[in-house]
Amino acid sequence: MKTGVLAIALALAGAVASLLLLESMSPTLVFWMLVGAVAVVSWIGLERLACIDKPRWIAALLVPGLFGLLLLYLWQVLTVGFEVPAILLPSPARIGHQLANNLDLEWQDFRQTFLKSVLAGFTLGSGLGFLVAILVDRSPFLQRGLLPLGALVSAIPVVGIAPIMVMWFGFDWQSKAAVIVVMTFFPMLVNTLAGLAAASAIERDLMHSYAAGYGQTLAKLRLPIALPFVFNALKINSTLALIGGIVAEFFGTPVVGMGFRISVEIGRMNVDMVWATIAVAALAGSVFYGILALIERGFTFWHPSYRQERN
Amino acid sequence: MTTEALARPLGLSAALGRLREGTALPVTVVLGIIVVVWYLGAIWLNAGLVEQRLEQAEKPATAAEFVCTAWSLDRPVLPAPHQVAIEFCDSVFARDVTSPRSLVYHAYVTGSAAFVGFAFGTLLGILLAVGIVSWRALDRSLLPWIIASQTVPILAIAPMIIVVLGNVGLTGLMPKAVISMYLCFFPVTIGMVKGLRSPDPLQLDLMRTYSATPPQVFWKLRWPASVAFLFTSLKVAIAISLVGAIVGELPTGAQEGLGARLLSGSYYGQTVQIWSALFMAALLGMVFVAAIGAVERLTLRRMGGTT
Repeated sequence: MKTGVLAIALALAGAVASLLLLESMSPTLVFWMLVGAVAVVSWIGLERLACIDKPRWIAALLVPGLFGLLLLYLWQVLTVGFEVPAILLPSPARIGHQLANNLDLEWQDFRQTFLKSVLAGFTLGSGLGFLVAILVDRSPFLQRGLLPLGALVSAIPVVGIAPIMVMWFGFDWQSKAAVIVVMTFFPMLVNTLAGLAAASAIERDLMHSYAAGYGQTLAKLRLPIALPFVFNALKINSTLALIGGIVAEFFGTPVVGMGFRISVEIGRMNVDMVWATIAVAALAGSVFYGILALIERGFTFWHPSYRQERN
Repeated sequence: MTTEALARPLGLSAALGRLREGTALPVTVVLGIIVVVWYLGAIWLNAGLVEQRLEQAEKPATAAEFVCTAWSLDRPVLPAPHQVAIEFCDSVFARDVTSPRSLVYHAYVTGSAAFVGFAFGTLLGILLAVGIVSWRALDRSLLPWIIASQTVPILAIAPMIIVVLGNVGLTGLMPKAVISMYLCFFPVTIGMVKGLRSPDPLQLDLMRTYSATPPQVFWKLRWPASVAFLFTSLKVAIAISLVGAIVGELPTGAQEGLGARLLSGSYYGQTVQIWSALFMAALLGMVFVAAIGAVERLTLRRMGGTT
C-alpha cells in the first residue's frame, strides 16, 4: 500500500512538472523520458493499489479515477508535444477552455436535446413498453407473437426512422422524442416480458395457496422479481435515448440542440466545439446512467448481486 | 371405418393445437395486425393530401376513390405497404446491381463497411477482454472506463470521425468501419470477460492438478468456455456496427450507402424511398444476425455442445 501511494505521488509530481515544462519549452528527449517514467511509475502504483480490497472505495473509485487521470495526462502531453493538429484531436485543455467559454450555448443545447426530447421520449417509450408488456403478459398467444418480433427489431437500425419522424412531427423536439419512443419501446417490452416470466412455479404456487388474485400476485411477486430486468432495460434505454436524440437532429432541427451543434461546427471545422459538445453529452449520459443505477440499488437491494457486496 | 372417421378430426385438431403451440401462427397474426393498422394509418395520415388532390379534381369522390387515392399518392406522408414493396422490388431486382439506383448496391456499400468494422471491433474486443482477465490492475482500472464509455453517445462523434479521417486522406469504407469498430468492441469485451471467467473453480483446480501452464489453461479451458458468450455478444455487435455504418453516412453528404439514401430521401420528401431503404437496412441486419447464428450452431455442434 505504501509503495502504491508513494508511486502515485511521484507520478503526480512528475506529471505536473512535465506539464509546466511543456509550457515553457519544446519537448526534448529528456522530456519524453520524463513522460515515459510518469506512465511507468503510475502504472506500478495502480497495480499496487488494485490489490487492496479494503476499504472498498480504493478499488471502486480511486483506481479507475487515477487511471482516467493518466489517460487525460497522456492525451494532453502527446497532442501538445507532437503538435497534433487540433482538427485531428484537440488537447483536453483546449476542449475544457472551449467548454468554459460557451457554457451558455451548451446549456441551451442541453436543454433542447436532453431535457426536452430525451427525457420525454425516454419516459414515454419506456412507460409504454412496460404497460404493453403487462397487458401482453395476460395473453400467451400475443406474447409468442410479439417476442420473436421484438428480437428481430433489435437487429434493425431503428435510428433510420428519424427522417420519417421529422416529416411527421416537425423540426422541433417532438419528432426527436418520437424517434426515442420507438427506439426505447422494444427493449423495455422484451425485458419486462422476460422479467414477468421469471417468477418460479413454486413461488406462484405459494401465492395461489394464499388465494392471491392476479393483481396481488402481480404486485407482490411478479413485478418485484421483474424489477432487475426492467432496470436493465432502463439502463440500455438511457444510452439509446441520447443517441436517438442526437442523431435525429442531423435530419433537421431548430437552430439549437446537441446534434445540430455537432453537425454545424463540423461544417465550420471548429472541432474544439464539437468535442466540447460531446463532453457535455458524455457527462449527461454518465450522470443519467448513474442516477438509474442508484435508483436500481434502492429498489432491488434484495438482489444477490448487491447482497454479495456487503458481506 | 369408424376409427378412421374419428382419427381425422383428431388429427386436424392436433395439427391446429401444434400450430397454436408454435410461434408461426402468433407471429403471422401479429404481422397481419400490423399490416392492417399500417393501411388504416396510411388513410388517416394521408387524408389531408388526398383532400387537396380531390379538390383539384373538382368532382365528388366516393369513399372507395378516397381510399384508393390515399394508397397511391406519389409522395405520401405514410406510404401504403404495397407501395413500399413495389419500390423495394423495383430497386432490388429490376435495376442493374452496380447502378446507384439499386438498393443492393447501397446495401453492399453499407454492409461491407459494417462488416470490416465488425471484424476489427471483435478482434479489439477479444484482445481487451484477454488483457482484463489476465491483469488485475487492468481489470480494476480499465473495465470501469469501458463501461462508462458505453454511456457516452458514441454515435454522436461518428460525423466528426468521418471528417477527421477524411482530412488525413482516408475516405470511403475505412472511416465508417472505424466507427463500427468503436461501437462493436464494447459488447464483445463485456461478453468475453464474462465468458473467460465462466469456468468454475473446480475446473480451474482440475487444470492445476494437471499442472497446466497459464497458456494451456487459457486455450483448453477458458477459451472454449467463452465461445457461447462470444457468439451472443457478436450478435449484438453486428447489429450496432450496422447502425454505426448507417449513421456514419449521414452528415457528410455521402452519395452511396443506405444512410445516404435515407438522407436524400428526407431532403426530397421521397417517403417511399426512405421506407424501402429502411426495409433494406432491417433485412441486412437480420441477415447478418442470422449468419452469425448459423456459424454459432455449426461451431457449437463441432465442439460437441448441446445446442
